[in-house]
Amino acid sequence: MADTNVKQEIDARGSACPGPLMELIRGIKASGTGDVVAVLSSDPGSNKDIPDWVEKIGYELVANEDHGDYHRFVVRKSK
Amino acid sequence: MKDKLNVIVMNGTVDKLLAMATIVSGAVAMGKEVNLFVTFWGLMAFKKGAWQDPSQQKLPAEYQEFGPMMQERMQSMGINPWMQTLMTAKEIGEVKVYACSMTKDMFGMELDQMEDVVDGEKGVAGFISMCDDAEVLVF
Repeated sequence: MADTNVKQEIDARGSACPGPLMELIRGIKASGTGDVVAVLSSDPGSNKDIPDWVEKIGYELVANEDHGDYHRFVVRKSK
Repeated sequence: MKDKLNVIVMNGTVDKLLAMATIVSGAVAMGKEVNLFVTFWGLMAFKKGAWQDPSQQKLPAEYQEFGPMMQERMQSMGINPWMQTLMTAKEIGEVKVYACSMTKDMFGMELDQMEDVVDGEKGVAGFISMCDDAEVLVF
């Protein structure tokens, strides 16, 4: 599982748009190339926003797990 | 898509300020450079501490009845105050905030009376000259 490599896990549950994405960007900025960062979000908008952002920036969305009342997005800073 | 977004912040009501700060956040997330030109009632909202002072937070008259409901929903949904959202955007990306010189003088305000997110002041010609290669929004 890619999970074992998660370097930082950010709990942004309870925060609304654009909070979880901003938290993820903050975490990714502080990470090195190749690092994997996970963010938890209970904001339904994140389910569109975070994959859109990852695609635009050109990183890799390793996983988007549905945990019912929140999603867990795992992102690799691939470049 | 241009990689620069310039925003004229003219209104000082929290609905527009919140939408502005959120859109600025989206723009920096997508790698855009953002410049704000803050004028008229918008500039008043950048006065130090105004965003934290309930008596200085305004809604347009026609939506005033929604004020208490909005405040409650913002709290229960975890929506940050607009200034905090703008500060985060500035921390994450390239956001510059310029006070309109004329408005500043009209209101008798000094730069040090404004929130620290304000980088400086510009006249209208100075701001327009930054817009050649930018998309421009008015809030």
